Amino acid sequence: MKTICFYFQIHQPLRLKTYRFFNMGKDHYYLDDVANSTIMRKVANRCYLPMNSLLLKLIKQHKGAFRISFSMSGLAVEQFREYAPEVLDSFRELAATGCVEFLGETYAHSLASLIDNDEFVDQIKKHSAMIKKEFGMKPTTFRNTELIYSDTIGETVASLGFKAMLAEGAKHILGWKSPNFVYANAIDQKLRLLLRNYKLSDDIAFRFSDRGWNEWPLTVDKFISWITPEDVPGEIVNLFMDYETFGEHQDASTGIFDFMAYLPKAALATKKIKFATCSETAAAHQPVAVLSSPHPMSWADEERDVTAWLGNELQNEAFNKLYSLRPSVKAIGSKDFDYVWNFMQSSDHFYYMATKWLSDGDVHKYFNPYESSYESFINYMNVLSDFAIELDKKKEELGKSARKSKSVSHA
Amino acid sequence: MRVLMFGWEFPPHIAGGLGTACYGLTKGLAKHDVKVIFVMPHATGNEDQRFVRVVNASDVDATYGDFGKEFIPGDMTFIHIDSNMVPYISPEEFEAERVKSQQTEGRVTQHGDVWRERYNFSGRYGANLMEEVARYAVVAAEVARQLEGQFDVIHAHDWLTYYAGMAAKQVSGKPLVVHIHATEFDRSGENVNQSVYNIERAGMEAADRVIAVSNLTRNIVTSRYGIDPSKVVTVHNAVTFGVDSWKDFERGVDDKIVTFLGRITYQKGPDYFVEAAAKVLKKVPNVRFVMAGSGDMMNHVVRRVAKLGIADRFHFTGFLKGDDVQKMFAMSDVYIMPSVSEPFGISPLEAMKSNVPVIISKQSGVAEVLDYAVKVDYWDVDAMADAIYALIQYPALGKMFARKGLQEVTSLKWDNAAEKVKEIYESVSQ
Repeated sequence: MKTICFYFQIHQPLRLKTYRFFNMGKDHYYLDDVANSTIMRKVANRCYLPMNSLLLKLIKQHKGAFRISFSMSGLAVEQFREYAPEVLDSFRELAATGCVEFLGETYAHSLASLIDNDEFVDQIKKHSAMIKKEFGMKPTTFRNTELIYSDTIGETVASLGFKAMLAEGAKHILGWKSPNFVYANAIDQKLRLLLRNYKLSDDIAFRFSDRGWNEWPLTVDKFISWITPEDVPGEIVNLFMDYETFGEHQDASTGIFDFMAYLPKAALATKKIKFATCSETAAAHQPVAVLSSPHPMSWADEERDVTAWLGNELQNEAFNKLYSLRPSVKAIGSKDFDYVWNFMQSSDHFYYMATKWLSDGDVHKYFNPYESSYESFINYMNVLSDFAIELDKKKEELGKSARKSKSVSHA
Repeated sequence: MRVLMFGWEFPPHIAGGLGTACYGLTKGLAKHDVKVIFVMPHATGNEDQRFVRVVNASDVDATYGDFGKEFIPGDMTFIHIDSNMVPYISPEEFEAERVKSQQTEGRVTQHGDVWRERYNFSGRYGANLMEEVARYAVVAAEVARQLEGQFDVIHAHDWLTYYAGMAAKQVSGKPLVVHIHATEFDRSGENVNQSVYNIERAGMEAADRVIAVSNLTRNIVTSRYGIDPSKVVTVHNAVTFGVDSWKDFERGVDDKIVTFLGRITYQKGPDYFVEAAAKVLKKVPNVRFVMAGSGDMMNHVVRRVAKLGIADRFHFTGFLKGDDVQKMFAMSDVYIMPSVSEPFGISPLEAMKSNVPVIISKQSGVAEVLDYAVKVDYWDVDAMADAIYALIQYPALGKMFARKGLQEVTSLKWDNAAEKVKEIYESVSQ
């Protein structure tokens, strides 16, 4: 018996508007509301709403046998509330079936794990609280932004009480080992690891509509035949992908919805496959080995490293300057500033600044609203500079009123 | 006095200082009763025509095969010159322009007579620049013929129009004045484009007088092009005073602002500005640096700024248009022009006009006419940092430079420059 573990990532960044030097000091609204609402409405109609209703139908139809997991960034939830509340309702309906798990992640879809452990922990706690409030469940499995994972990141996650964590089934870490087993963190072995089967995941997420692929068209029966045979090693198959695969990256006309509609029935009919959520999958299987990843890895690009976000001097500069503001943000502790602080952290901003355009350029470009990495860097830094000025002003203001109240109490 | 003037750009469609200078000069000439017929490619109809008549070169019929061959030197070949040799345009812009021009350029409208063709000029520096320069000369000859008896002297600005000026001279027999706003050595350092150099030299040799915008440029004309010094005259540029509605523009940030405004190209020395900025930021935190403009070195500069870790204090605005230039000046506490080679450099004058103290490189023509500007060698990053520091830290100094500078720049009138130019016209047309 093999377990298919589906996990879908849901994230939408808050895109910045064109923010020029002339805006600095005067204009403190940084977001492109038109782009954010238009994109959210478009993706809701093409992906979130139709896919949620399909999954709900499948879950009800299979009476508990079809189970899935989601991870949803806080920034996505903020935008659902603002622009597409009915999407949030449909996720709640899914949550209520008991067959859907919501994973923990960083609230802002941030890269904090790569620079500031305190911020990383704050982000996780904020996210878990949000999930609890929205869906009534406490996340027990964690997935970091872009599946970024290292031994020490895993250690931090374990210390927060998570039982399992997701990671990429990267070749350079696994070597001869198969991703189709549960592994354990190298520092805290209580933390179980679920590794993405990138071959089978990308067959759906990237290659499904690729007519140049020798396996095109991908049928459900063909896909299942790659999983069921006895000689295919492993106990689990982790299919991790962006939720936007359905209807957005792969258009409805490619048949992606039909593929998903038929998959559970066909898989269950073999009696060799069952479905489980991430936590269930991790709990049901003993780790076969410890996995060591001293350096951060991710699910992106050929290298499966973090150079898509922190690979050039522009990205490093923006990243370091952003996190140098954390003490001020925390000292002020205001909702308005926290709001900006969060959306400025999302990994997308750094992704736009990437200059590695070779084989992975297509994917980068697809997600990038800017004409060049330089343009996105300049715009981001302008916003960040204004935010820094505002933080300083606020700090000074607070300092003054603190001094005043002190002198009043003395009097 | 009536002048047939060949230019390549005129406000509002300008990419660089040439258009501004042409505007100021023609305005000044108008005050001295000089009538100007300004010929430029692709006039769009909304040039400011209060002072000049704009003739659209594209509207003039050129008779094919008549004098075309005669005025295009027989040994000339049309070449697609390298992008960095093209004035005012970066490789990226050049490439975009090239793609665009493939769709729209070279359009020849036939109307009945197959021997007569109407040339459509792109009006911008394009892929087949040399071809355009030559075509422009063909049309110029036709313009000169049609306007026979309506002008006394021909005035051509920069190498792009020299063939046009020469052709007009040949057709009309009127004297030719060529105006050097920049030489190939200013644009390209020592790696000159030989074809451009040849056109420049041919123009200067054919001219009855050569006007250089500074003594610096005059030196280059005589030493590098071997032109007889007795026919080369320096006429410094000046500055146009319009209504300055941005004087009271409210600035958003409290920090001091140091501004570089110009094309981000090797010639303008943007690198030295960045290094000086990094030095200043080590001493004073409350200062911001702004690089306004675009150009082929922009990405390089952005990377360098990031590498130095000063991107939160060093900002890029991209190319500024219209009011934004005035806004930028109004926000600035110091203006800097660290040009490696600048025949004149009109932008510091614009800054001074807005009450901004300026730092200019000794390698600029404008340094010859200014006393109240801090002058440094473009390569002397320490001196540059020192000057920036002094102007922002010692307000008395900055104020003094701003006040005296405004007086000084006010005396640099196009009227005076135009008067000199008129004298030159008179000396050649006798």
